[in-house]
Amino acid sequence: MNLAAHLPALQVVLPLAAAPLAVLLRGRGAAFMLVTLAAWAAFAVSILLWLQVNASGPISYALGSWAPPWGIEYRVDSLSALLLMLVCGIAAVVLPYARASIERELRQDVHYLFYAMFALCLAGLAGIAITGDAFNLFVFLEISSLSSYVLIALGRDRRALVAAYQYLIMGTIGATFIVVGVGLLYLKTGTLNLADMGVRLQEMTSHRPVLAALAFLTVGISLKLALFPLHQWLPNAYAYAPSAVSAFLAATATKVSVYALLRFYFSVFGETAVFKRLPMEDLMLILALAGMFVASAVAIFQHDLKRLFAYSSVAQVGYIVLGISFDSVTGLTATIAHLVNHAVTKGGLFLLLGAVMAGMGGTTLARVHGIGRVMPLTAFGIVLCGLGLIGVPGTAGFVSKWYLILAALEKGQWWLVFLIVASSLLAVAYVWRFVEAAYFHAPRADLAAVREAPAGLAIPAWTLVGATIWFGLDTSVTVGSAARAAAMLLGTGAP
Amino acid sequence: MLAHIWSHFDYWAMIFLAMAGLFIVIARGNLIKKLVGLGIFQTSVYLLYVAPGKIVGGTAPIVAEGFRVYSNPLPHVLILTAIVVGVATLALGLALVVRIREAYDSIEEDEILRRDQAPDGGGEA
Amino acid sequence: MTRDMVLRVVAKLLIPFILLFALYVQFHGDFGPGGGFQAGVILAAAMVFYAVIFGLDNARKVLPDRLVETMVAAGVLLYLGVGAAGLLLGGNFLDYFVLAADPVAGQHRGIFWIELGVAITVCGVMLKVFYLFAGRGPEEEQ
Repeated sequence: MNLAAHLPALQVVLPLAAAPLAVLLRGRGAAFMLVTLAAWAAFAVSILLWLQVNASGPISYALGSWAPPWGIEYRVDSLSALLLMLVCGIAAVVLPYARASIERELRQDVHYLFYAMFALCLAGLAGIAITGDAFNLFVFLEISSLSSYVLIALGRDRRALVAAYQYLIMGTIGATFIVVGVGLLYLKTGTLNLADMGVRLQEMTSHRPVLAALAFLTVGISLKLALFPLHQWLPNAYAYAPSAVSAFLAATATKVSVYALLRFYFSVFGETAVFKRLPMEDLMLILALAGMFVASAVAIFQHDLKRLFAYSSVAQVGYIVLGISFDSVTGLTATIAHLVNHAVTKGGLFLLLGAVMAGMGGTTLARVHGIGRVMPLTAFGIVLCGLGLIGVPGTAGFVSKWYLILAALEKGQWWLVFLIVASSLLAVAYVWRFVEAAYFHAPRADLAAVREAPAGLAIPAWTLVGATIWFGLDTSVTVGSAARAAAMLLGTGAP
Repeated sequence: MLAHIWSHFDYWAMIFLAMAGLFIVIARGNLIKKLVGLGIFQTSVYLLYVAPGKIVGGTAPIVAEGFRVYSNPLPHVLILTAIVVGVATLALGLALVVRIREAYDSIEEDEILRRDQAPDGGGEA
Repeated sequence: MTRDMVLRVVAKLLIPFILLFALYVQFHGDFGPGGGFQAGVILAAAMVFYAVIFGLDNARKVLPDRLVETMVAAGVLLYLGVGAAGLLLGGNFLDYFVLAADPVAGQHRGIFWIELGVAITVCGVMLKVFYLFAGRGPEEEQ
């Protein structure tokens, strides 16, 4: 048996097998070890897959040896390899953090179930990125969604329950829209394999059921990726979930949905069908800009840091979608690079907020007064990530915004450059609210003796903060992979 | 025209169910009723898949002497999976409602929102 | 309800047949309509019926919570085990062709174990859901 040939299967199976094993073992230490090892192994597999794709092109894996398009195909190309690396990498960093974090936030008898759910969520997200089958994509989407509803509901606050319920309603509506879209495509083409579907759709892109399918898929996936104005579920879900869950979902869940959108737009419907014949460019441009400005403006007036940065996520999704709306290689490069950069920055930010929660007992702005004095490292890390969100040179956020501006200039849309910079100024405003609370106020009397976060929380968080800086200085991995993936999606380069 | 509508009656049924379900989800404030609406909405999609899989005169897709025309089994398999997903969603949704009722003593959306707003004072838990 | 003679006798008469029907659906799934999902649900329905007539506590004695939770995990592991067996025998993941010398026999063998895993997990999940909801009465009963 040649293990290297079976890496695509292992990518999903490792975390998927860790979940029931964690339930069987029941011990929280054993469950933690098992799921963490599975996540690290999955991360290693994703790196190997990425190297393999870079060296020798896309990998196709026939599950059960049923050749595609009849069987379910796992397909790894440069875009999915990057997404897999992102999802598994974030999980590998967040899990060690989760141990120290849920120790404080969750009842001990549910710890093993937390790890099992986390493993399922990881398997689902990795599955979305790797599968080449439309219905399989829906099933993995539901696996990751259902487990994330549970993870969010585990939050300490009772509002976590309502947030999880609302997310469940919105998420299920979104998923059902996706199934309707996939169903219509299946009725038209008679196939579920995404690549095969793309070939067969070419001569029928203006048929009405195909257009209806495009509409259903766009709305369904937009619900999942929290595109303004379909973002209502996101702020509460991120704000009241346990810290480790907020970080993991903020970094991966919406990103994987963006991947699904890219996959359907460019690999199935094809770029001409979506952008040349329909006014999708204008539509996405308007929604992206509205998201960037409205969500940033709302973020400025939040009292809770977790909610503040959750709204900032909605704004950042705006940047990501803005890149898609350009329909150019540079624009897509910006989108895909920003997927990774924002995931790393926001993940680090929410991990640090978890450390704040552990130290200060809450994340409201009133409570974190003077945190720059009592938890200097954590506060400094949050500021660094905040600079990343604004897009200051030297951070990851700058790189992707730079490519967005390049894409806008390519199209000759000078006014867009101005708008991108203006929305970054709004980001300055909401990050400043933290800076003001952290450095220009004295700590509350009862919190003056709080210590710096323990190593179990600080090390994973700083890993992601370090990655934010790293990706700001060395762009070969992020922009290099993103450019290859963008060229593949638009069919202008080698796959 | 009428014949056209009649020949696509399964689609009309699907559209009616989908709209009815979605309407309940949006218009009702009761958390259980919302889940019922969500269930109806999901069920409508099962119809979209299963109905075209039936071929007039076709039999179950089991190879046997004397049968030539078979119905397409794939949509049924897909929908079996979707039904399982629907059951899981419903069970999880109801479990959340039970927990919400224990925490808030109500399953009316506006009532729950009001209770969260009342003792807010900066939102500290 | 537990003191009602008619219900108890009818339940005792019916439950064996329900279980038998579940087994029929399970093993007939190879050649006709049926399979693990349906069989698992019918098995769970028999247990739910038992719990409704004889009380939740008695049902918990027959199938304890711990066992139900193990069933949930074990079925999935059995499924993944079949997949891994395909890998170990030189095929792809979930490859049934290599499970026996003859590919058709391999398909039969593969789907048999897969459906068994599905049935175990579905039955476990259904019972777990039932136990959790039934065990959590309104406040006045707590």
